[in-house]
Amino acid sequence: MSESGLSVPLPGSPARPGAGAARPYHFPHFVTRILSNGLRLVIARMPAYPVVTTLAVVEAGATRDPRDVEGLAQLVTRALLEGTRDMNALELASRLEMLGTTLDTGADWDSAIVQLTALSSRVDDAFAVLAEVLRYPSFPENELARLRAERLADLQQLRAEPRGLSDVYFSRLLYKRASRFARLAGGDEASAPRITREAVVAYHAEYYRPDATALMIIGDIDVEHAVRLATTHFGEWAGKAPPVTEPLDEQRFNEPRVHLVHKADAPQSEVRVGHVAIPRLHDDYFPVVVMNAILGGLFSSRLNLNLREVHAYTYGAHSAFDWRRAASPFEISTAVETAVTANALREINVEFTRIREEPVSEAELSLAISYLVGVFPIRFETTAEVAGGLANVEIFRLPTDYFATYRDRVSAVTAQDVLRVAQTHLDPSRLQVVVVGDATAIEASIAALELGAVTIYDPADADVDPALDVSSSSN
Amino acid sequence: MRIPVESIHLPNGLHVVLSEDHTAPIVAVNLWYHVGSANERLERTGFAHLFEHMLFQGSANVAANEHFELVQRAGGTLNGSTWLDRTNYYETLPSNQLALALWLEADRMGRMLPGLTQQKLDTQRDVVKNERRWSVDNQPYGTWWEKLPALCFPDHHPFHHSLIGSMEHLSEASLDDVADFFRTYYTPDNAVLTVAGDFERADALFWIETYFGPIARGGPRPPLRDMSVPPTFGTTLREVVRDAVALPRCFVICRTPVFGSDGYYAASLAAAVLGLRTGCRLEQSLVRRQRVASQATAFTYDLAKGSDLLVVDATAHPEVSPARLEAAVLAELDAMHQHGVTEAEVTRARALIETSFVTGLQTAAERADQLSRFATYFGDATLANDQVARYRQTSAADVSALARERLGPDNRAILLYVPAEEPAVVDDAIPVEATA
Repeated sequence: MSESGLSVPLPGSPARPGAGAARPYHFPHFVTRILSNGLRLVIARMPAYPVVTTLAVVEAGATRDPRDVEGLAQLVTRALLEGTRDMNALELASRLEMLGTTLDTGADWDSAIVQLTALSSRVDDAFAVLAEVLRYPSFPENELARLRAERLADLQQLRAEPRGLSDVYFSRLLYKRASRFARLAGGDEASAPRITREAVVAYHAEYYRPDATALMIIGDIDVEHAVRLATTHFGEWAGKAPPVTEPLDEQRFNEPRVHLVHKADAPQSEVRVGHVAIPRLHDDYFPVVVMNAILGGLFSSRLNLNLREVHAYTYGAHSAFDWRRAASPFEISTAVETAVTANALREINVEFTRIREEPVSEAELSLAISYLVGVFPIRFETTAEVAGGLANVEIFRLPTDYFATYRDRVSAVTAQDVLRVAQTHLDPSRLQVVVVGDATAIEASIAALELGAVTIYDPADADVDPALDVSSSSN
Repeated sequence: MRIPVESIHLPNGLHVVLSEDHTAPIVAVNLWYHVGSANERLERTGFAHLFEHMLFQGSANVAANEHFELVQRAGGTLNGSTWLDRTNYYETLPSNQLALALWLEADRMGRMLPGLTQQKLDTQRDVVKNERRWSVDNQPYGTWWEKLPALCFPDHHPFHHSLIGSMEHLSEASLDDVADFFRTYYTPDNAVLTVAGDFERADALFWIETYFGPIARGGPRPPLRDMSVPPTFGTTLREVVRDAVALPRCFVICRTPVFGSDGYYAASLAAAVLGLRTGCRLEQSLVRRQRVASQATAFTYDLAKGSDLLVVDATAHPEVSPARLEAAVLAELDAMHQHGVTEAEVTRARALIETSFVTGLQTAAERADQLSRFATYFGDATLANDQVARYRQTSAADVSALARERLGPDNRAILLYVPAEEPAVVDDAIPVEATA
């Protein structure tokens, strides 16, 4: 797909320059300390700009939600901002914002985070507030009622939004119905109203414990100062969290299927194609990352060049792994003009098949490797980026030399490795296709591709399953 | 917090800005061309943005798609963006690849046309049409960013028409249009080139002079159509849009002083007091106390010509009618218009803006983009270093005066999105409250 550069420049033009000598780069040096209560500290000094990011990672992600009370973990992270033992929500926000900072909180599947970035001159005061929020939230019922209502508003918006809708259907249909992953991380219309204040308080008391928490302190601050802050505000924190149990992560359908979510008159089809793949911590991680870069991770990837630059079906086509500690989704995503939906699916299938059948070219391999190696320092320019990277080491239990060896591990990947992992970890025999679009316009041409049994859904239905059970019983 | 700035003008008019910082072996190259959708002919809406796509399609010494590939192979990231009055192109790379980035930018500035083909134009036209479908036509509320300027600037004003353009106009764009636009606007004397990060001054200047120096200065450019508008609308404008949306959403827009003026900083602080983060009036009143909105923010467009716009953006809480949402937003604007702001509110807003400014400077790409912005609009990149001071020099009294002059009923445009199935009833007696 890629063309080589012209070897002879146009007369009068200067020749294309090569690279100069690379200047050395080292991921910021970090130290890890463990307080006697089990709290882990990860500290890195980045003195170039007068800012400090503090990022707490707690083993309190959505996989810990009780069955039928999905959304609890995420609601807890939002409710942390609604007040502490001696500040109501407005006082808390004002206190932080007068310091020029704000707390960002959230939960994904594997963990909850509480994060702030402050000018280094204000780090002591800002850190003290972060500690209060983590340890002594008040969870006022009145604010919880508002947060539950806002979740329902989000869900209403999601139903009207093709991009979000395709993500929702893809993730809900991918895993077995009994899996936590088959329900929305943030909860749905049935579960959100069940999140009581008692459940919120109990969840916080059980899981927000020092031995389940890691604290990244990154930026214009020295190590002893950071340790002193953590010891002062978290040294007396006590208690132990129960061990994490990973959720069921098996795929629901073990045959290829097509799921069409009908949106009348949609000018585009939102397309998701994929299946359950490998967990984040896996021996094949690096070859898999290189394989994905070639298939759909880069602008110059096969999928984007084919669907965008050759066929002009789309503004962009990508592939990615939605990494979790459990087996994670592999997903190709694009949005294409309605009339060419089947053509686009055919081309996606071509690329998905091709990368499993023949080795990638040397040019493709070297492009992916040199890109991943080269952008590595660019991914970690800011204190927040370094904190996020170190948080991933904690969340996914990566080795401590992960960043030190990253570029060597990427560089070692061969075309044979790429072929092997594509054959091992991409699986056409259970590929799921989700399309949000005008089913009346696209159903026949998609069915003709014979990508699997086709089921049609109405996004107005609260539960994706009743329609599925009706149609699949007739298939 | 000041960043180093050096400005150099090449004989062909190219404004070069250098900002050295050896923290990490990373360098950002950032080119602003002083051309945007405002420069389009009215029968070619969307053309400036389509042209941006074409500039990634190769040039005399760069094959189709090779620009992206060469930068990514060098370990860099890249993109471009089109705005009402400027278009920028930028890449961040390992610092030993600076020469390549400069060569690529110079080849397309100096020699784009030999690489041009009808097939490339046809492909990018379809890509852009899909970009339009994706970001505007198939998105709830997706039309807001073309309806808003259309409502706020009069017919034929350069900011009135759609930036992404109409499907018809995109279909009509020709190779001649591309060549004319390139020769007219993509010239060294209509551009700012900023290099920020890890480089040696002498090396950078050598490459810049070698690659960009031979490119000829452009000819005369057609002047922009008249940008001036009165400081206020003179009335309340109102447009109701029925759309496939789940919840009503209300934009209220006021004309405010242009980016970079003293009044701009007052308007920016007014927007932050109204709608930045959690401690602001809209969040505290509409989202929390009254629970009529599920989200509410305010911001300025940062337009440096004609007039800037202060925009309030609020989405209804479930079960709240469009009329009630609109009344609640207007009540907050009334309150600030009539009673001004407090010292504490402005202190909060300033503190948040300052932290976000300093935090943003951590990336070479952001430093380069800020320097290009001030160099393009004001001819002086060093103004980027004055921003925190300009906010500090703006008092609560200045913000209150701005609110008195610009946030009243004589200067509002209301864009109200209503779910398609919502009954067309207008409640005309809605009890309202507002921040005291």
